Amino acid sequence: MDERRSLSPCSSRPSSPRTPPCEILGSVGIEAVLDQLRIKAMKTGFEFNIMVVGQSGLGKSTMVNTLFKSKVWQSSLPNLELPMPQTLELHSVTHVIEEKGLKLKLTVTDTPGFGDQINNDKCWDPILSYINQQYEQYLQEELLITRQRHIPDTRVHCCVYFVPPTGHCLRPLDIEFLRRLCRTVNVVPVIARADSLTIEERDAFRSRIQQNLKTHCIDVYPQKCFDEDVNDQLLNSKIREQIPFAVVGADREHLVNGRCVLGRKTKWGIIEVENMAHCEFLLLRDLLIRSHLQDLKDITHNVHYENYRVLRLNESHLLPRGPGWVNLAPASPGQLMSPGPGKVRKRANKDPREDEC
Amino acid sequence: MWKMKGLKDKEYVGFAALPNQLHRKSVKKGFDFTLMVAGESGLGKSTLINSLFLTNLYEDRQVPDASARTTQTLTIERRGVEIEEGGIKVKLTLVDTPGFGDSVDCSDCWLPVVRFIEEQFEQYLRDESGLNRKNIQDSRVHCCLYFISPFGRGLRPLDVAFLRAVHEKVNVIPVIGKADALMPRETQVLKQKIRDQLKEEEINIYQFPECDSDEDEEFKRQNEEMKGSIPFAVVGSCEVVRDGGTRPVRGRRYSWGTVEVENPHHCDFLNLRRMLVQTHLQDLKEVTHDLLYEGYRARCLQSLARPGARDRASRSKLSRQSATEIPLPMLPLADTEKLIREKDEELRRMQEMLEKMQAQMQQSQAQGEQSDSL
Repeated sequence: MDERRSLSPCSSRPSSPRTPPCEILGSVGIEAVLDQLRIKAMKTGFEFNIMVVGQSGLGKSTMVNTLFKSKVWQSSLPNLELPMPQTLELHSVTHVIEEKGLKLKLTVTDTPGFGDQINNDKCWDPILSYINQQYEQYLQEELLITRQRHIPDTRVHCCVYFVPPTGHCLRPLDIEFLRRLCRTVNVVPVIARADSLTIEERDAFRSRIQQNLKTHCIDVYPQKCFDEDVNDQLLNSKIREQIPFAVVGADREHLVNGRCVLGRKTKWGIIEVENMAHCEFLLLRDLLIRSHLQDLKDITHNVHYENYRVLRLNESHLLPRGPGWVNLAPASPGQLMSPGPGKVRKRANKDPREDEC
Repeated sequence: MWKMKGLKDKEYVGFAALPNQLHRKSVKKGFDFTLMVAGESGLGKSTLINSLFLTNLYEDRQVPDASARTTQTLTIERRGVEIEEGGIKVKLTLVDTPGFGDSVDCSDCWLPVVRFIEEQFEQYLRDESGLNRKNIQDSRVHCCLYFISPFGRGLRPLDVAFLRAVHEKVNVIPVIGKADALMPRETQVLKQKIRDQLKEEEINIYQFPECDSDEDEEFKRQNEEMKGSIPFAVVGSCEVVRDGGTRPVRGRRYSWGTVEVENPHHCDFLNLRRMLVQTHLQDLKEVTHDLLYEGYRARCLQSLARPGARDRASRSKLSRQSATEIPLPMLPLADTEKLIREKDEELRRMQEMLEKMQAQMQQSQAQGEQSDSL
């Protein structure tokens, strides 16, 4: 059914002949506008930047490989020859993945060395600094007089935090990190290597974690305050009940009942990654990719980035000279929170693509 | 950067559904579109708009008589309507320019229009640079349909003056109104004349983007056809003609026959509607945002960088035209680069000053600071 509603009345003028009312026959054809959007999106492709944080050995790299079904990183077995990083470093890898004609430019930032030191105080600073640096870069591009048509988006859209499966509750390190990062970026906590917990232990662990998060006022993604309407609320409440997901990552395939599945083979059985009865990997994948990818990007752009921008503009100490003109003060070191040892390196992935089954 | 495909074809990651996620948000948000119509009175503008969007935007309009018109100056009127089809909402804003070309002396009658368009850009620039950017209303004019009289011999001096004043600020689509006054051959001749005049006067109307090589043949053919029929010769009608026997059509009934508005052999109405709504609505908005608005913003910021440059800009606008494409800087390229360099230097000086100030502030703060802030 078509509806037409006039919003504003028109001015009245003197004298006669009137324009006759228009009889409605046929349609204007507005649905085609969505096709225009879709075609455009297919052509330009999408970008997604994800960061994985957690201690060594929690399966971060494997998880990324499993999520994107590609060898984004090569690390099946712990490489014992490489020395444990002495300081926190950030490594970024970018790939273009293509599926059904749609291109996704995926950037994964890893944080080896997080939480591995004896004294882990302020180990979140390099991470915060990196995230804020991406916001700063975007802001600088936005303030240029002659801007690029499409500003390259390197801002972190989602940070997946790996909680070790202790079975008790969140550790002080986890709480400190989550508390700080939730205000700057979308954080999705997961219980890593959940195959060391039974189902009952998992549920108990999960509810304790949820309680911890509530006590410390940590707002993880999907944040309650950004639910726009009833549908969103329903959908997101269900997800919120199950956060943090208990996940297992694997990049080897095994034969189970005649099917080839991704899993971890042990003497007492095979843990199938994509089996909901075994672990909640599918929930994580659906959240990050199939249903909420665009939402993650939107919240990063509309909320986190805007907060950063407002902070920077307020700090600038100089009044704007006119619309669009801002004399931006250089970002102060305290604001970016970058202490000494933090380093950011971009490295192209050099490993070969192996096929496994 | 490496291109990778999934390990096995049947195991999808699942992000091919991304356009649907985008889809969902757009349906919720809805679209808005601002269309401006300009041209002399009596060329069928209101009727065409009503037939294009199947609304009654001009339902209560009263056409003024001659005595009222002599004293009337150009005014800018905005009307809004929400159209919903298939669950998608489009908030259409129509900007009308009654009084255009009506007076005896029409000099500078396009200035209020130009001012209006720039005011919308300025409003958007202000909103975009402000602190609260959550709900920016986009009131920029995305497209201007300019009506040309079918009775003339092409563009008249007033048409040329108006088009030259607005062509760099808004997407212009020229349209021949009341095209049922012309025979097919006359229409072709008039269109060619108008095209030649537009080229001669160097007026940049809205350019259709090229088709990709992987689009299907039908789409390419349609696109070529649309490009070839600019300026569109249109007929509008608010009435549906119901002849006994044949199906009802929207048209104008004369004693010698009925002009069918939606018949591609009779006029270009369908092409115009297809272009405006079905295929190029998004592109019109993007060109407005990426090219025309950015050009305005760049000019605005450059003039803020050097207040003296503003005078130079207005003088050189009158004397020569820049050879570069849209967005046109008001000054020739060499001067623009010099401006940018000077602005950069100024920024650097200010930054150094700020750094010194901040160093001083930090020294005084360092004593009191103990705990982690946050």
